[in-house]
Amino acid sequence: MSEINILEFEGISKAFFGMDALKDVSFSLPTGHIVGLVGENGAGKSTLMNILGGVIQPDKGRMLLKGQEYTPRGPGQASAAGIAFIHQELNLFMNLSICDNIFIDRFPKVGKLPFIDKRQARRKTAELLEMVEMDVSPNLLVERLSPGQRQLVEIAKALSIGAEIIIFDEPTTSLTAGETEKLFSIIARLKAAGKSIFYISHNLGNVLELADEIVVIRDGEVMDVDSKQQYTIGRMISKMVGRTIDQMYPPRESSHSDEVALKVDHLSQPGVVKDINFEVRKGEVLGLFGLMGSGRTELARMIFGLDDYGSGQVLVAGRVMEKRSPQKSIASGMAFVTEDRREEGLFMDDTILSNLSIVSIDDYRRRGPVSSLDRQKMSRCAGEVADSLHIKCGRIDKDAVQNLSGGNQQKVVIGKWILTEPSVFIIDEPTRGIDVGAKHEVYSLINELAGKGTGILFVSSELEELMGGCDRIIVMSNGEIQDVFDKAQFDGQTILHAAFKGHKRHSAAREVNSE
Amino acid sequence: MFVRYFLLSENFVLYLSILYFVVLSLFYPHMASTRNLTNVSSNMWPLFALVVGQMFVLIVGGIDLSQTSIMAFVSVIGAMLMTSQLDPVLFENNLLWGTLLAETGGPLGGSVLATPVGMLVMLGVGSLVGLINGVSVAKLKMPPFMVTLVSMMFFSGLAVFATRSENIMHLPASFVAIGRVQAGFISHSFFIALALAVGAYYTLRHTILGQWFYAVGKNMRTSVVSGVPAQKVVILAYVFSGFCAGAASILYSARLEAGRPTLGQDVLLDVIGAAVIGGISLYGGKGKVHWALFGVLFFALLANSLNMMNLSFFTVQIVKGSIILLAAMVDVARNRLVVREAV
Repeated sequence: MSEINILEFEGISKAFFGMDALKDVSFSLPTGHIVGLVGENGAGKSTLMNILGGVIQPDKGRMLLKGQEYTPRGPGQASAAGIAFIHQELNLFMNLSICDNIFIDRFPKVGKLPFIDKRQARRKTAELLEMVEMDVSPNLLVERLSPGQRQLVEIAKALSIGAEIIIFDEPTTSLTAGETEKLFSIIARLKAAGKSIFYISHNLGNVLELADEIVVIRDGEVMDVDSKQQYTIGRMISKMVGRTIDQMYPPRESSHSDEVALKVDHLSQPGVVKDINFEVRKGEVLGLFGLMGSGRTELARMIFGLDDYGSGQVLVAGRVMEKRSPQKSIASGMAFVTEDRREEGLFMDDTILSNLSIVSIDDYRRRGPVSSLDRQKMSRCAGEVADSLHIKCGRIDKDAVQNLSGGNQQKVVIGKWILTEPSVFIIDEPTRGIDVGAKHEVYSLINELAGKGTGILFVSSELEELMGGCDRIIVMSNGEIQDVFDKAQFDGQTILHAAFKGHKRHSAAREVNSE
Repeated sequence: MFVRYFLLSENFVLYLSILYFVVLSLFYPHMASTRNLTNVSSNMWPLFALVVGQMFVLIVGGIDLSQTSIMAFVSVIGAMLMTSQLDPVLFENNLLWGTLLAETGGPLGGSVLATPVGMLVMLGVGSLVGLINGVSVAKLKMPPFMVTLVSMMFFSGLAVFATRSENIMHLPASFVAIGRVQAGFISHSFFIALALAVGAYYTLRHTILGQWFYAVGKNMRTSVVSGVPAQKVVILAYVFSGFCAGAASILYSARLEAGRPTLGQDVLLDVIGAAVIGGISLYGGKGKVHWALFGVLFFALLANSLNMMNLSFFTVQIVKGSIILLAAMVDVARNRLVVREAV
């Protein structure tokens, strides 16, 4: 038992209902190192971390913490042992202050009296905030912080309990590029201070940048462990999916016509977007790139008729859309895949069939005096789409979408719109939180739709996927279109610079420098 | 295995009702008599009409506390129209005395059209109040609890104010006939409730509107994005609830042979209770017509048996409350079983 490794997994196995979630997992976390943990959704990363956090117990195997056997029976014991989780979905009380959040379960008392020593709590909070480079008051309510700042509060909380092992689970999904850079510098500082870190992410580039060692998990087994220097993104992907993906993106041949599918004309809404003009042609994939807060999602919602706009016009196939509502947009041939799959895209506890048929439901109306629903036709149409999209499920009229993987859920969302045979497809962050294999399928699907002449507006905060899948990219920042790039001009550096334009000067300068 | 089947069956509440009835009949043989069953049935149908309406509002994720007040208000309006004789001593101080009301009754007093027009007006006014509720919830974005609580207070107040708290008697014979208790389950009120139930069943099961009701209750935001006319759907749910309250008001008023400003004041608990016992979710998105029927059946049997035991009003309330709580607990247990089954 060397003290070199603060934590060791030895032959951990766990099965749920006869299905192996983890099989004989062994590796270690060296003290003061960052270990990147990658794998597709459902590979077993979360199960392993839940075992570490004491949420579930392993069937076989053991964990050694500083050479001592470690058998947590609950999250409380894990945090007492110095293990802290920074979750994907943050566990903060929005209505409380930073200080209250950090000390919620162990406020300092005034002597032995049952009164909170507010002053001491505030002072300690200020110290912690300084460690994570946050220049705000400890009394500020968490709801007023940006997603990135909230993450930093979580880290401060981890530090306050004296955590020695910190687990980051997809920490950058809701962060801007600038916030991500800042997070990385703080992670580097934590490492320098001797903390040991697990970094879990689908963003392989980030893992490669941060980690000292990388562990690849597939189907509950450790496939590959090596130091960072030995890794390339290609090696990680091939280990994750078990096959080599030569390219993350399916080949795309732009062959769009000159006919305009969607035209946005001088669209403005005070404080949100300003004078937006662009056209999407039939069969074209137009990328819309912007950082968080640039107005990209807001713009997409306005075009679809979900949100109001002050002035300007939206034209579908040359016709001006008036009295906007999603219903009218759908009737005119628009489709909209929202960025919030769970809250706006799906009825989570409803069947795949109901989810697929809700938008196109008017097509299954029987002709006659009392318009009844033709359920046979409905299941036939939905079944065809489910098959063609390779949605992995048992029966579409029995399985609830909440039991599907993220990738399959997203396919259901896309499928329900395909059933309406749209001429304009607005897709907002379609690959958020889904694994590499499913991403590839989504990109192929977008290509296929464009091939059939659908005009596609592909909104994303991941520049790489836009460069891989689009014919043109427009870049938004601060509610305005900053620049337009044709495929030949695609260049990450230049597009990012355009995306930072229009940001407040001092922050823009900082963010561009760190880029 | 049997217990599991029993608990998981969709007809659980029906089985429970039958079991309850059989067991109680052993101790109180009178329960199974034709006369008592007729009584249970005539109590059931007006309540069923209310629960069917309430169900639509519950499915879209709301609640309609004003149903019983709508009943009272509509009862008064209908009776004022149809009555053929008013006692001047009681009604002389009424605001409408001399204009609409007189010693010879209301505007339609004595006319052959009194019953059909009166009933249509009752249904119409009920729907109208539902429309006000629905617009306040859907368009003005006010919380359903607040909106319907306020309209409950407002319309029951208005009903009492309009009549100076007096019952309005002397309704047309053809109207009163609707409420006449007949032997067995077959009565006018049975047919009216049946018509409502069939309409509701068909709407929920076989129409697009039906799918929209469930969709809106399950997830409002997804529904809006998916092009469901969510506001209209919510408004329709409240309108239908008001319409059903109007129908129930016809049944109750006909049975009482009077327009009563305090009609159904203590029925609200029964409506919500029967809906919940039937398995209609207070969180929205879940509910079926036969669930409502089973819930009402169980509630009617329960109330009937409690009456038979000669308990005081307060004891009955205590027992009813406990049963609703028990039903909620059983529901949780059943859901847990279902989840385990699914795994």
